Amino acid sequence: MMIRLFRQRPIAMGATGATVATGATAATGARCLLLALLAASAAAHAQGNAGHADAGKAIASQGLPPAVAACASCHGAQGEGMAGFPPLAGQGADYLRSQLEAFADGSRGSPVMAPIAKGLKPQDRADVAAYFASLPSGIAAAPASPDPKDAGAWLALRGRMADGIPACASCHGPNGGGVGGHFPAIAKLDASYMQAQVDGWKSGSRGPGPLGLMAAVAKRLSAQDIEAVARHYAATAARQPQGGAAQ
Amino acid sequence: MDYHRPNHIPTPEEEAAQERSEFLMLKWFAVLAVIVVVMTALVFGTRIGRDMRTEPAPTPARAPAPAAAAPAPVASPAPAPAAPAPAPAGTAQRAAFAPPPADRIPDGPMGEVIRRGEQLFLHTSAQAKGFVGNALNCVNCHLDAGRLADSAPLWGAYTQYPAYRSKTKSVDTFSERLRGCFMYSMNGKAPPDGHEVLVALEAYAYWMSKGAPVGEKLPGAGYPKLSPPAQKADYQRGQAVFDAKCALCHGADGQGQRSAGAQVFPPLWGPQSYNWGAGMHEIDKAAGFIKANMPLGLGNSLSEQEAWDVATYINSHERPQDPRFTGDIAATRRQFHDSEFSLYGVSVNGKLLGQGTAGAR
Repeated sequence: MMIRLFRQRPIAMGATGATVATGATAATGARCLLLALLAASAAAHAQGNAGHADAGKAIASQGLPPAVAACASCHGAQGEGMAGFPPLAGQGADYLRSQLEAFADGSRGSPVMAPIAKGLKPQDRADVAAYFASLPSGIAAAPASPDPKDAGAWLALRGRMADGIPACASCHGPNGGGVGGHFPAIAKLDASYMQAQVDGWKSGSRGPGPLGLMAAVAKRLSAQDIEAVARHYAATAARQPQGGAAQ
Repeated sequence: MDYHRPNHIPTPEEEAAQERSEFLMLKWFAVLAVIVVVMTALVFGTRIGRDMRTEPAPTPARAPAPAAAAPAPVASPAPAPAAPAPAPAGTAQRAAFAPPPADRIPDGPMGEVIRRGEQLFLHTSAQAKGFVGNALNCVNCHLDAGRLADSAPLWGAYTQYPAYRSKTKSVDTFSERLRGCFMYSMNGKAPPDGHEVLVALEAYAYWMSKGAPVGEKLPGAGYPKLSPPAQKADYQRGQAVFDAKCALCHGADGQGQRSAGAQVFPPLWGPQSYNWGAGMHEIDKAAGFIKANMPLGLGNSLSEQEAWDVATYINSHERPQDPRFTGDIAATRRQFHDSEFSLYGVSVNGKLLGQGTAGAR
């Protein structure tokens, strides 16, 4: 909506700005520019579905100098993530691409990712997303049923509906491995990253996302909740040998 | 945008346009900043208000979180920071009955069976094999493991039986009522009387109802009954609501989504959903459930009209045949679905509903 406001207002101003001698010219120019932009973004969306993992792999390992650093330098050689940098391996392609777009247009604020995302063309974003989506997430199978004494496990699998908090599993999958194109895997996120996202939703520096679902839930989550959930997923991964980072 | 054309020298016209747009951007930023400040004030204000309310006198029932449950009050015209947001039709507020905490199932042989019931309730398809004919679990329509007010909680049902039911034209026990769930909502086979599955589910419901008055209809029992829609419920409007608010999770085709071998978002029609004999196929029941509970985490965010419309859209799709089917759709409608809230045997968009789906199970 913001974008639309930004794009539409100058036209209205130009068309009605009688005091500006060149108003008409500027309006025409702006309108042409707008049409071109709209066409370009529509085309980007239309073509956006086809990401090529091979091309994405090259960007992930080498980057696109000078603006785009290799993804691997922060997110790990296999997209397994590092302290403060979330894992990307096995994350849904649609989700990854939508986040790159959000970094680029500023609806998800990140000083680190913004210049990188802007440096990627729509096709690059689709390629990178396809590549990381093709890697194994290493997320373990879901535990059978949570121990009531384990607050994190309980929140992850049962939620706290009295406070309007559905179970993490009810949207992110039984093992926190993500569902479809819009519900990302969360099982391998560390507590500080999770907390930073929750803070971002609370402050608005991270856009509300689809239907504002997570932004709404984030406002109901305490720091202890986040800590407990992250600990639960980490412990689940540690208990299962196949739950380690990919390769 | 500049990074698209790094070497471009702007013309005077472009510069003028640029200046104007920069001014506008500044203006919008100022507006945005105000909105952010107002929202922050509201969020923190209501938080503080809530803390103040709950701290001095902890009530036995869990205090509801009106501010947190309400949709963000964007750009309220007259922000009063400390005033709580307009109370949503909060479920927890009206519900007088609080079931025992979910993590307090007792130990011992009784506790074991209660726990078994809880697991059956959560993972019905996987754990009640042979009795379930679709991809649903009890918890899909009875949220929070059957505990949530306005989501047909078990504590609201258990104490209502035995009861005469017009559906069966007989006095049914709670166990017989459960058998009905398996036949219709689960599109399966009713476990035989006294079967371990029924015993465990009944034990779970019994445990959850501790302290609930027998025979009294409690607030929050069943699904909320909505007022008749202002405008006649409409398929097209319902489809628009569905596409905007439901398809994200349930899919544009209504078939839900799976992950890690489990059905995460349930299918709402088609061979893997509830059949034409299930209560949820009735538009008023579905609308009540949707209004109070959907989208998950954003209950009561749809208007009543939207709930009526989208319930009409969902229940205008084909689903498995009513197991009481007489062999004739019109006769089956007359006998079992003679209600304005059932679309069984009704033609929608030129298609006669009630033909059932092939290939369930």
